Parts: sequence; C-alpha cells; structure tokens
Amino acid sequence: MPDDATATPLDPDLLRRLLRAKDRMDAAPHEDWPVPRLARVSGASEAHFARSFRDAFGVPPHRYLLTRRIERATALLRDTELPVTEIAFRAGWNSLGTFGRTFRDVKGESPGEFRARARRAPFGLEQVPGCYVSAAHRPDLRISVSEKRRAERGR
Amino acid sequence: MSAGVGVVGVYVRDQEEALGFYVEKLGFRVHTDVGKGEYRWLTVQHPEQPSFQLGLFTPQPPTLDAATAQTVREIVAKGAMPPLVLVVGDCRAAYDEMRGRGVEFTQEPIDRYGSVDAGFRDPSGNGWKMIEARRTST
Repeated sequence: MPDDATATPLDPDLLRRLLRAKDRMDAAPHEDWPVPRLARVSGASEAHFARSFRDAFGVPPHRYLLTRRIERATALLRDTELPVTEIAFRAGWNSLGTFGRTFRDVKGESPGEFRARARRAPFGLEQVPGCYVSAAHRPDLRISVSEKRRAERGR
Repeated sequence: MSAGVGVVGVYVRDQEEALGFYVEKLGFRVHTDVGKGEYRWLTVQHPEQPSFQLGLFTPQPPTLDAATAQTVREIVAKGAMPPLVLVVGDCRAAYDEMRGRGVEFTQEPIDRYGSVDAGFRDPSGNGWKMIEARRTST
C-alpha cells in the first residue's frame, strides 16, 4: 500500500504526544514496545494509536521501531568489536537467527558482510554529531519486511 | 562582533510557554520582547553568547496564512524541524540540573566520539542535542 498523503489536519497537541512515543522508542529501541505501552506514553487510546502514529510519521509504529533497531545494530557493527550475537541482543532481538534474517532482508547483506564492508569504507564524519550520522543511514522502510520478502521471492 | 549570524528563529506553539522554558529551565535571558499584540518579536540569548539571539516565533497569520501556519505547527510538533545543538561545559552536570527543572530529555548522556552528548526537546517539539565542548588541551 502506498503511503498516501494525509490531507486532514492533525492536532498538533496529539502530534507532540505521539512524538513522545517515537522519542521513547528512539531512546530504547531494544526494549519491547507493545501498543498499550506506546499509547500510554502518548496519552492516546490504544485503538487509535497505531493509525495516528502512521498518519503522523508515515510508518506504523513497529516498522519504525524496526528501523531504529537496524540503525542501532548497524552502528554497533560498524563502530564496535562486539560479537554479532551480542549486537543482536543489544539491538532488541532475542534470537541470532531472526536478527540475521531480518538484517539481510532490510540491508541486502548479512551483518558480517556489512561489518566487513563498513570497515573498508570509513565515514569520516567526525564533525557531524553522531546521532545525525546514524539517523541519515537509517533504513527507509516504505514497505514492511514481509512485503519485501514476498516481492523478492516473486522476482 | 560586527559581521555574522545574529538571529536564528525556531517556531514554537506558544511564546509564553517557550519563554518559560528557555529562560527558567535553560537559563537563557530575554534579549528582545516587543509587540505583545497580534505579533510578538521575542528573542532570547545564551548568557555566554551575547552576539547571538535565538528567536522564539509562533507560526501565525498575518506572517503566514492560516493553512501554512497549521502545517508548520504540525511539523514542529512532529519534531521534524532541523537539529539544534547546545554546547555545554559538562554534559552530565547540565543534564542533572536541567532534568531537575523538568526538561524533557529524549536521550541520557552518552560517551561517544571523545565527547558526551544528551538530547532534549522544548515543549513545542524542537529537538536539541546537548554536547559537551571537546577539551582542546591535552
């Protein structure tokens, strides 16, 4: 489904509270963020939270969370010597297998391959605050990972 | 300073609320506050940076038409305005102090790239990164 434009005006106060849910996921993407928890942070109803979040930020909350987890895993692979298992755990996955599969689906290469490639091509962006560099390399997931998998199988 | 950037503005949802935040919670000073009627020109200043003013402006008619003002309010509330960076001498101390005053932090202080940084937002949604000044001496 394409990300259709949201023509109806959104209540800035609600958006500000939805932003709080986004900020909380940003701060701790490795934690579990079930909808009731996110709705509570936003002071929004559970029934409307996911739709409101998508209207506000263009992606459903859990796909957004996935982009942050991949971003964190990517940064840890690039910037640390931590074993991949530890990185999977720190980025919010309970299983190395799921992490590896999801990472490959999103980035098109395995965590190990990404790490080797990132080491060969340093970013050289020391003058840019680290979080902005990291955010600029966040995956742009316009479709869900399952859709992406289906599309690739169909090729 | 005779030449350089003098004022950069951020959009805020409510100037009175923003004034309270930047002055009482961040320790800025009011530089200019004029025109309390329809349009209010309000700028604040970091106490150690007299050559620079941060403008706190509301998106509203007649400067912007009503529809554009609404769009800007949405953008600000979504945290989509560009990054702002506040440089401090001691990030952890500033974090403790500001947090005690009720500043909404989005990121606790983290050591990275030879410095320490934290993140907070103003009440409107403008996102600030707070970065500890790098020690240039060895």
